[in-house]
Amino acid sequence: MPTEIKMPQLGESVHEGTIGKWLKQPGERVDKYEPLVEVITDKVNVEMPSPYAGVLGSILVGEGKTVAAGTPIALIEERGTAGDGAPGASAPAPARAGSGAREAVAAPGNGRGAVAGDGGRRAGTRLSPLVRRLAEEHHLRAEELDTIEGTGTGGRVTKDDVLRYLDSRGSRGTVPAAAPDAAPGEPGLAGGMFATPVARPAAPAGADRVQPLSVLRRAIADRMARSAREIPHAYGAVDVDVTAIVRHREAHKAAWRARDGVNVTLTAFVVRAATRALRAYPLVNSTFTPDGILLKHAIHFGIGVAVPDGLIVPVIKDADQRSVVGIAREIDALASRARQGKLAPDDIAGGTFTLTNAGVYGSTVSIPLINYPQAAILSTDAVVRRPVVVGDGIAIREMMRIGLSFDHRIFDGALAMEFLGLIRRQLEEFAPAGDSPEF
Amino acid sequence: MAERRYLDAIHDALQEEMTLDERVIVLGEDVGLKGGVFGVTDGLFGQFGGDRVIDTPISESMIIGVSFGMAANGLVPVPEIQFADFIHPAFNQILSEVARVRYRSNNDYGCQMTIRVPWGGGVHGALYHSQSIEAFYAHIPGLKVVVPSTPADAKGLLKAAIRDPDPVLYLEHKKLYRLVRGEIPDGDVTVPIGPAAVRRPGRDLSIFAYGLMTREALAAADLLSHDGIEAEVVDLRTLRPLDKTTVLESVARTSRALVVHEDNRFGGFGAEIIATIAEEAFAHLDAPPTRFCGPDVPGVPFAQPFEEWFMPNPDRIAKAARAVVSY
Repeated sequence: MPTEIKMPQLGESVHEGTIGKWLKQPGERVDKYEPLVEVITDKVNVEMPSPYAGVLGSILVGEGKTVAAGTPIALIEERGTAGDGAPGASAPAPARAGSGAREAVAAPGNGRGAVAGDGGRRAGTRLSPLVRRLAEEHHLRAEELDTIEGTGTGGRVTKDDVLRYLDSRGSRGTVPAAAPDAAPGEPGLAGGMFATPVARPAAPAGADRVQPLSVLRRAIADRMARSAREIPHAYGAVDVDVTAIVRHREAHKAAWRARDGVNVTLTAFVVRAATRALRAYPLVNSTFTPDGILLKHAIHFGIGVAVPDGLIVPVIKDADQRSVVGIAREIDALASRARQGKLAPDDIAGGTFTLTNAGVYGSTVSIPLINYPQAAILSTDAVVRRPVVVGDGIAIREMMRIGLSFDHRIFDGALAMEFLGLIRRQLEEFAPAGDSPEF
Repeated sequence: MAERRYLDAIHDALQEEMTLDERVIVLGEDVGLKGGVFGVTDGLFGQFGGDRVIDTPISESMIIGVSFGMAANGLVPVPEIQFADFIHPAFNQILSEVARVRYRSNNDYGCQMTIRVPWGGGVHGALYHSQSIEAFYAHIPGLKVVVPSTPADAKGLLKAAIRDPDPVLYLEHKKLYRLVRGEIPDGDVTVPIGPAAVRRPGRDLSIFAYGLMTREALAAADLLSHDGIEAEVVDLRTLRPLDKTTVLESVARTSRALVVHEDNRFGGFGAEIIATIAEEAFAHLDAPPTRFCGPDVPGVPFAQPFEEWFMPNPDRIAKAARAVVSY
């Protein structure tokens, strides 16, 4: 009897996947763990290894189609079970669709190595007995549990996470059930994607046309809408004289590249200064929760990278523990993986603070939206040569505006400006150690 | 209310019970003329005489065997084992005779006996004067085991134990003798054998402890509260019969459990608490119930750094608690 292969769950709050390319065709032999199909999610592309050995029977979901996690995508004839009811047919039963919280435990591909990277918490950690009971008592569906950000070890959803979620759900007065405007047969749109119904406009008329949302575009739309909806944003900015850094960098960047093999960008200097400021002002590296402000100990620094049709935020882990060169190298590696579509789920997980560098596109005033649920986002604008008053004279200096959008529930303008001021001071008083970029 | 040391509280309970009931006999090594190696029985020999405060040879098996005979003949013996480390020669008497006689005689005989046992480490007592023995004895049906951590409980539980018609192992922690002072209610007040006490309410995890470790756990809870973690500290007070209700209710409130004892970890009393929680409070758990105990080495070491390494302290208890809370 053929066994179903299901669309894996490829990360937290990833509910669906798109078939990129079938790497095996019906009738072909497949070894266990051999790459079977390329799956595209809103965040990453992964090759899904076959959970079983056997012969690919039929493909149920064609290339380019998007289905919800858990949807059967192919049938495989397992080795040794070619004849129905053959003795010893003890193939592991695929995860059965159930109801209630239990379903979340038996995630597709769970424990079978079908998921690359961290693959979301369902693959590694389990729900505690209490969380399971709370989910049952409050009729939390599996997809809903998936949307809860876990603060426990390895992203485990804890009791407090569930209670916080229930609390915020109650206060919003909306139950993110299936989106009411999702047409039947679109289970992938249910759940957290559009927690608030989005008005469906009238059908296009005349020469208008609807451009379908890519998975990435849809994820960005959801994130941005949620950030704007839930976080009361406030803004501040400072003008920073980066002449010293720009000159030092121009003088030495070729040598640095020859020595370290990496282009040490201005951004690397800004990130270095910002991580120190985050250490000094822990509130900026936090998340607002109904129970209080969750101060994040680790500084995982996300950096927005433009990719075709959107934006992705790879994360420099423990950025405060890296040198300028180390940061530059990590940015380089993450950005090139991002552009090649080869980011692993872990590369984009766990960010606690974000930098957006609209300056590379020439922006001189950026007012970004916070990367939900973080406390703030830093923006760097273009470095522009400006006439600046220095003492009693006017000088031409390399000026850059650095701005902060912040969650006004967590802290106020005074602290925001202190934070920005500390970054500015470090950059303006830049005193490198010899010809190295470190400061 | 009078403020008394832990050691004074035990002395007072003995004195009061001997005054109230002439059947009560104290016996043990050096309990008479010397007044006990720790001074707990100081003055009793002078007050009650050599017939009721008896110095015995150094033979624990005999001390318990003689006490068993006294109880069978209507006396109420309160034998002292000078150090818990030396109770093991009496193990057979306790296990096979003292604890079993009510069952064996089909309820015709009991054994009204309270065995006082100074125990525990952290006193620079090394391998023969520091050990924990509760796990061996809490395992025995028919024997009650109490472990007071405060002067009030030390007095009230000893009075209750002496009056109990069945044998009670009374564990008094040596380090607490002169370390703690506390208010003791005036008058003839007993503390019932059985109920545990919630020493500090909390919402984030339950720490279960007894004896000296109750004190250390409370200090750890103070450390944790600086981090915003509110630990509930439950002083078990009686290990057997165990107050399962209080244990389970606490876990139901906090969803997380940490058991602390200075006895070795493997097969220690903590395992019983954890098993009870796992069996009866499973649906309340948000983290694995966890033990933090003395390490599995054959004795509390003598050298001070090693003794400190052995004994759970507030810092390390707090660290273990943080790991449970952040699970």
